[in-house]
Amino acid sequence: MTETPEAPESREPPETAAAAMPPRAPRDHNRAPGFLSDRARFIRKETVRLSRIAGAGHYSSTFSAAELFAALYYGHLRIDPADPAWPDRDRFVLSKGHAAIGLYPVLGDLGYFDPALLDSHTRFGSAFGDHPDMKKIRGIDFSSGSLGHGLSVGVGMALALRVQRRGARVFVMLGDGELAEGQIWEAAMAAAHFRLGALVAIVDRNGLCIDGHTEEVMAVEPLAERFAGFGWQASRIDGHDFGAILGALDALPPPGEGPPQAIIADTVKGRGVAMMEGALNWHVGNLSDADYDAVMAELDAGLRPPVWEHER
Amino acid sequence: MTGDPRTQGQDQSDLFTGDGSDIAAKPTVQGTPARALPAFVLGEELSALADADPRIVVLTADLASANRTVEFKARHPERFFDFGIAEKNMVTAAAGMAACGQIPFAATFASFLGILCAEQIRTDCAYPNLPVRLIAHHSGISMGYYGTSHHALEDIAMMRSIAGLTVACPADAAMLRAMLRASLDLPGALYLRLGRGRDPVVYPEPPADFAFGRAWRLREGRDLAIITTGAEVRPVLDAAAMLAAEGIETRVIDMATVKPLDIAEVRAAAAETGAVLTVEEHNLTGGLGSAVAEVLVEGPRRRFARHGVPDEFAPIGPPAALYAHYRLDAEGIAARARELLAAPAA
Repeated sequence: MTETPEAPESREPPETAAAAMPPRAPRDHNRAPGFLSDRARFIRKETVRLSRIAGAGHYSSTFSAAELFAALYYGHLRIDPADPAWPDRDRFVLSKGHAAIGLYPVLGDLGYFDPALLDSHTRFGSAFGDHPDMKKIRGIDFSSGSLGHGLSVGVGMALALRVQRRGARVFVMLGDGELAEGQIWEAAMAAAHFRLGALVAIVDRNGLCIDGHTEEVMAVEPLAERFAGFGWQASRIDGHDFGAILGALDALPPPGEGPPQAIIADTVKGRGVAMMEGALNWHVGNLSDADYDAVMAELDAGLRPPVWEHER
Repeated sequence: MTGDPRTQGQDQSDLFTGDGSDIAAKPTVQGTPARALPAFVLGEELSALADADPRIVVLTADLASANRTVEFKARHPERFFDFGIAEKNMVTAAAGMAACGQIPFAATFASFLGILCAEQIRTDCAYPNLPVRLIAHHSGISMGYYGTSHHALEDIAMMRSIAGLTVACPADAAMLRAMLRASLDLPGALYLRLGRGRDPVVYPEPPADFAFGRAWRLREGRDLAIITTGAEVRPVLDAAAMLAAEGIETRVIDMATVKPLDIAEVRAAAAETGAVLTVEEHNLTGGLGSAVAEVLVEGPRRRFARHGVPDEFAPIGPPAALYAHYRLDAEGIAARARELLAAPAA
């Protein structure tokens, strides 16, 4: 279960090392709509199950990102679960580390580790805490949990991949509340300055932070304009629509020198469970036994049309 | 009025100028060839190491001239990154680079690296155990009249409390070279605390047998032992010579690595000399003196023990399980107290 960070590259010049790398096929993708929506349901149900082991969990922050996780990991990222340290893989940094409970089941499902290990979630000595640890969990590209750091990690990764002349991308999933952290905008400025076209920020724009609506606690809008003002190319999509998510990912320009890419994904916090959708009190919670069964049944029944923040 | 307005009428030998021009233009500084000063050696040594090692990248935060990493930029422009005045972003980006196989050297003033970026160092460099090399220059009070904002008198204490982080303070240019070379094979993150970069020679050559965690005994004596580090090594040696003229023989120990501390050398100093004095350019709380005191006050046959979390990051677990694991609940504390009382007294 334990994995140290990938071994340092050889001391060969980077171009030589890259040229010596045998061509590799990334993992096959499955973009069938029924498959992806089933995987998003799996992410939500596992979040509910694992939260019960912990006695508390970040349900709603994970539910808002379920379609994004599913689209990325089953439908887009160039990764190889058999070789988590593959140097040419795409990187994924979960800057909003508190949603890791939704990422762990995906990594287990893809074969990074035995999914049965998830049953130890948050118990003493487990690899799986509330926030992901790259030293303990195969498939985690960077440890996170302290909000506001992830975009800087992505800047560094994209620069390293440029030095090594690799064609991989770096995806960073940001929460909207953490955009109040100043370091995010230091990183945004640097990404544009260094012309990191391989860097992709995906904002899970679910509208809520712990104390309330982002626009009331600390306003982050106009988001696309703010990223554009920092020199990024920004698009805005429905973050629960697989067609829109995959469309935005497919539309990314080649990962060379150019403006960094921001995808503002409008989502509903708590999406998939009616009593949690748009609710402030489910950032961290613990379902009662009766509610647990009801929530699992509701997730099995499938998603209803979303109710957006501006419609409430 | 002619010349540089910043230096009009001043003694330039003790002047700090942010762009490094005071030494860049001089053949010698206070008797030492400018090229033999740590300020020049940093960029020169990293450039030479990078010729052979493609993992090396260098980052700074709008101080490339002050820390002479401009020399690296000139030789390896594709591996040099100036992050502007954004130190936190620089440190975390360095960690991202290290996670992709590079060995980043991130250099800026100690006040902004060790103090401003303490959380980025802990969470992004030390916790993932990444080989980020944090070059904290102009530490202590070496920036003089720039004032408290530019002083770093707390950084050893802060860095020393971060699990797994190596903390080292080169006394001069040769020791700096030795540390930079050895850092290429050092697992985990490293905080390298430099002075103003004008430090005179202590070591004629880089110690061939350098290893992090080892102290250097620079002078022998039985009346007194002075344990020091970094920029204070030279003045301690000079003080020892003055004391010798008065008949006081002083053992001088360069504790080049503050963490992990050379515990055997500290114990030997206490056992073999009449008194131990620590000297450091740092607040007396939490620095080298505290580290030495921890060794001397605590240990076998001592009636003092510290009980807390050892130098590691805590495992995952519910809070109650963690308190029990570290014996920080009532039962654990009582057990630790019994152990202390049961140990044979001195």
